[in-house]
Amino acid sequence: MSEQTQAGVFGDFGGRFMPEALIAALDGLDVAWQEAMGDAAFVDEFETILRDYAGMPSPLYEATRLSEQVGARILLKREDLNHTGAHKIRNVMGQALLTKRMGKKRVIAETGAGQHGVASATAAAYFGLDCTVYMGAVDTRRQALNVARMHLLGATVVPVESGSATLKDAINEALRDWVATVDHTAYLFGTAAGPHPFPSMVRDFCRGIGDEARAQCLERYGVLPDAIAACVGGGSNAIGLFTAFLEDPDVAVWGFEAGGDGVETGRHAATIGAGRPGVLHGARTYVLQDDDGQTIESHSISAGLDYPGVGPEHAHLAASGRAIYESVTDTEAMDALALLARSEGIIPAIESAHAIAGALRKARELAAEKGPEATVLINLSGRGDKDMGTAIEWFGLGDPDRVTAEPVGEPPEESAP
Amino acid sequence: MSGPSTRTAFDRAASEGRAALMGYYPAGFPDVETGIAAIKVMVESGVDVVEIGLPYSDPVMDGPTIQAAAQQALEGGVRIADVLRTVEAVAATGVPTVVMTYWNPIDRYGVARFAADLASAGGSGLITPDLTPDSAPGGGQAWIAAAEEHDLDRIFLVSPSSTDERIAMTTAASRGFVYATAVMGVTGARDQTSDLAEPLVRRTKAVTDLPVGVGLGVSNGDQAAEIGRFADGVIVGSAFVRTMLEGADTTAGLRALGTLTADLADGVRRARR
Ligand SMILES: Cc1ncc(COP(=O)(O)O)c(C=O)c1O
Repeated sequence: MSEQTQAGVFGDFGGRFMPEALIAALDGLDVAWQEAMGDAAFVDEFETILRDYAGMPSPLYEATRLSEQVGARILLKREDLNHTGAHKIRNVMGQALLTKRMGKKRVIAETGAGQHGVASATAAAYFGLDCTVYMGAVDTRRQALNVARMHLLGATVVPVESGSATLKDAINEALRDWVATVDHTAYLFGTAAGPHPFPSMVRDFCRGIGDEARAQCLERYGVLPDAIAACVGGGSNAIGLFTAFLEDPDVAVWGFEAGGDGVETGRHAATIGAGRPGVLHGARTYVLQDDDGQTIESHSISAGLDYPGVGPEHAHLAASGRAIYESVTDTEAMDALALLARSEGIIPAIESAHAIAGALRKARELAAEKGPEATVLINLSGRGDKDMGTAIEWFGLGDPDRVTAEPVGEPPEESAP
Repeated sequence: MSGPSTRTAFDRAASEGRAALMGYYPAGFPDVETGIAAIKVMVESGVDVVEIGLPYSDPVMDGPTIQAAAQQALEGGVRIADVLRTVEAVAATGVPTVVMTYWNPIDRYGVARFAADLASAGGSGLITPDLTPDSAPGGGQAWIAAAEEHDLDRIFLVSPSSTDERIAMTTAASRGFVYATAVMGVTGARDQTSDLAEPLVRRTKAVTDLPVGVGLGVSNGDQAAEIGRFADGVIVGSAFVRTMLEGADTTAGLRALGTLTADLADGVRRARR
């Protein structure tokens, strides 16, 4: 068959499983993207926007108080300092610039936590495009701040009530829109999942995270980190970090999925850990599914990780053993959120708190093995403002009877054996 | 052994100088037995080919009507075994019966195993809305090989947005008939037929001798007559499902289904070709 459909295959995963009606658009996108990446003017404009408008490169910050507690050097890639507050702006600016180049005037997007929706609304305002964002109704409630931001930025936000009313259903609804509007509409896909070319394209627009971090680490410490870590929902921030290091065999690669109430409870979003190979949203990958191939609803306190699929390149990295994927429960993530807030003065997104929790857990093992020189580089994919509603509820901050002089959220150290 | 190829129904309709009427209905809606009864009413009232929908949790090509039916069927606990049981009951009437399904349930069940079980239930083939012949890895080619082994039709879709090159590739891999999606959009009954359908049928017929069925949106006999003038088959789905969704009770629903089918069957007969 045509070369394009063979591209985007990662080992046994990836590829394209899509309605014929969308194949021409995906082929067109693939060609336009490849041409754009080969065009110095496009790449230059992309880099200029990221630098002057979105605040890149993001700093690499040595978290000294956290490092002391863990016994290893902890470096944080500060994607939370990007314009709009997460790594998502990288991908969106790339795709929106491509949309402009292709002459389309309308964009649609799905969003879970709302960060990709906010980034899309921002890009639409920047480029003067019409923007509609699909968001699960459960998520519009738990990420209300981001809904307000999208409205202010001029986007239409459509709450999706079907299915589990979370990210997967928002993707379904965006695809339904796209089938009917594909002649004039670009689908700004929010993560490194879906049919080819999205997983590769999103990876390449996000890979600045790892390219920058690798150079920053080498420049400052003269060595590569011993391990790198990121949270994995669909997988865009993780693949954005991982790509620069995949050819460095001595760098361990860790991805952390949402463990929800605990994988053993069945209420989680640990797709690689507990899913089986299948097809969801256009790619072959790991999927939370039953014996009949019906998708099982995922559960996570983090809207951005609450997805029963995962990007196909992660499926391949897991199957090949190049990266290790573990899960982090809601409780572990919220503990890590409180810990980072109090030890470093940084309130992370709950998504990113999963990376912190998982990486610190493994960093302690690494420190025991290698001593304090052990270096772990964690992608802090976003900031926590959007999650304050959840945090208020989780820590009981909204209840005047529970306000005490004591800070909330016991750091794990104090309760750990 | 598999059921007769859908081709046989097209050939018979053609010999009567008309298009074939093809009816879609999801298994297990509102429950398995009522679903079977509904499809039998459709067959008795003039449907030439039956498409049995396999309810799926993430039906990205479907509009609200079929989504609602699939959700109800899944909430009622429908399993793939129930879909195959429905195929068996319908195929026993002698009408060519195919399954229309998103790919993941077949992938999970096992492509070869599903092909074998579908054939032994008397099914005639599969319509695959999110699987193209070149879907990979482990997609289109695996299904084509299994269908070949069990003598099953493989019905792929062509769309107004398909390039001529892709229409040629798709029809070359098809057997039974070719499914032309007449509109750019999801399933759902529409008031007006699409002017994208006729050019698509023409482009498809330019590269294949297979019959071409046109679907997405047909809801009454007049529309069926209009499409029957240029297509070999008229495919109706959401209108049947809506009729059952809206029926005051099962008896009323089944009666309305018979009336709708008769109107559609009359429509394809009015459009002499
Ligand atoms: C801050 C942040 N991190 C991570 C994610 C998860 O997405 P991905 O796995 O694509 O990076 C999200 C998604 O909304 C997010 O907002």
